[in-house]
Amino acid sequence: MHSELEAQNFTVIAVALDSRPEEARPWIEAAKPTYPCLIDVDHRLAELYNMLNVPEAVWIDEQGMIVRPPEPAGAYEGFRQMDRSVFKVPDEVAAKTAAARQTYFAAVADWVAKGPLSEHALPPDAAKTKLGAAGAAGPEVGQAHALFRLGQLLLRQGNATEAAEVFAQAARLHPDSWAIWRQTAPLDHRGFATGPEFWARVDALGEKRYYPKVDLKGMP
Amino acid sequence: MTTVVCEQQESTFAGTPDGGGALWVSNTDLERATGFTLKPEGFCRVQLCVPLPRGREAEFVQDATGAEPKVNAAAFWRHLGNPVVHDKAGAHWVLGTATEARAAQLRSLEAPDFTLPDLSGRQHSLSEHRGRKVWLASWASW
Repeated sequence: MHSELEAQNFTVIAVALDSRPEEARPWIEAAKPTYPCLIDVDHRLAELYNMLNVPEAVWIDEQGMIVRPPEPAGAYEGFRQMDRSVFKVPDEVAAKTAAARQTYFAAVADWVAKGPLSEHALPPDAAKTKLGAAGAAGPEVGQAHALFRLGQLLLRQGNATEAAEVFAQAARLHPDSWAIWRQTAPLDHRGFATGPEFWARVDALGEKRYYPKVDLKGMP
Repeated sequence: MTTVVCEQQESTFAGTPDGGGALWVSNTDLERATGFTLKPEGFCRVQLCVPLPRGREAEFVQDATGAEPKVNAAAFWRHLGNPVVHDKAGAHWVLGTATEARAAQLRSLEAPDFTLPDLSGRQHSLSEHRGRKVWLASWASW
């Protein structure tokens, strides 16, 4: 997307919320990016922008103003319908996921071309309302981010035991944050935080979305 | 040794606070960690001064008229409404930011600036891209 759109005064900034930068390295090297790919071991971005999961994206205009608040970056939760034994989703669900992605990225391209005239660029009042609704969280969210940061500091000092206690406390205080939980969750045999604890947490969502619905025409 | 994290700043001081949730540091160290410094009118940073609550000065300042006054950075930070957390040993502290302060920043629609390294260690700031549209996206290996 970046290479198609960069001529139109546009850039992607990709931020890996990863306290283990070496895990992010192969993905970045494979993408051979020509845009900034940053490493955020302390999840600063999640704290500043109130992001709850990955991938989430914010649209920012030429003046540094938010045009669309953090929302799932074209992600659709088709994975919830996968056969967990073989990690495979039914074809029609995979197609729906791919279509969602395409719709979302077409909307980004439309905004890059048309700016505020794009139907996908939110007027300031609408963006504020969305951000206000998302920011209605209590003081424990700020506490959770502070604890997450403390845990990372302790990890870097080699104090994994106390770090784990601090992370557990952070995840309890901010249960909506998948980023805090998954970053510090047990990893499965493939090295991902998608073991039984992950699925139990996903199942507990019930009707609630894992990736909140993106309020954009054509998104499932 | 004590490490104090506040926003992008990570500062290290000699000595370890003596517990009880207080973080007594010199005025110089407070400024290094938070940008605030104690003046006659209160704790000040740039144009902003926060007066000490009357009758509670002792919670915030020790030995105010002595050669080496100490200020309680944790008490001050909590007084601002912000979270303060530390490890059991009191050697690592995070002076956090209140949920509402973050939310107010976002409601202004001004995208909060940040500086983060790439894989080679080079630092990048969002503000360097002013004048271009930015699609700022998070991802992770987990």
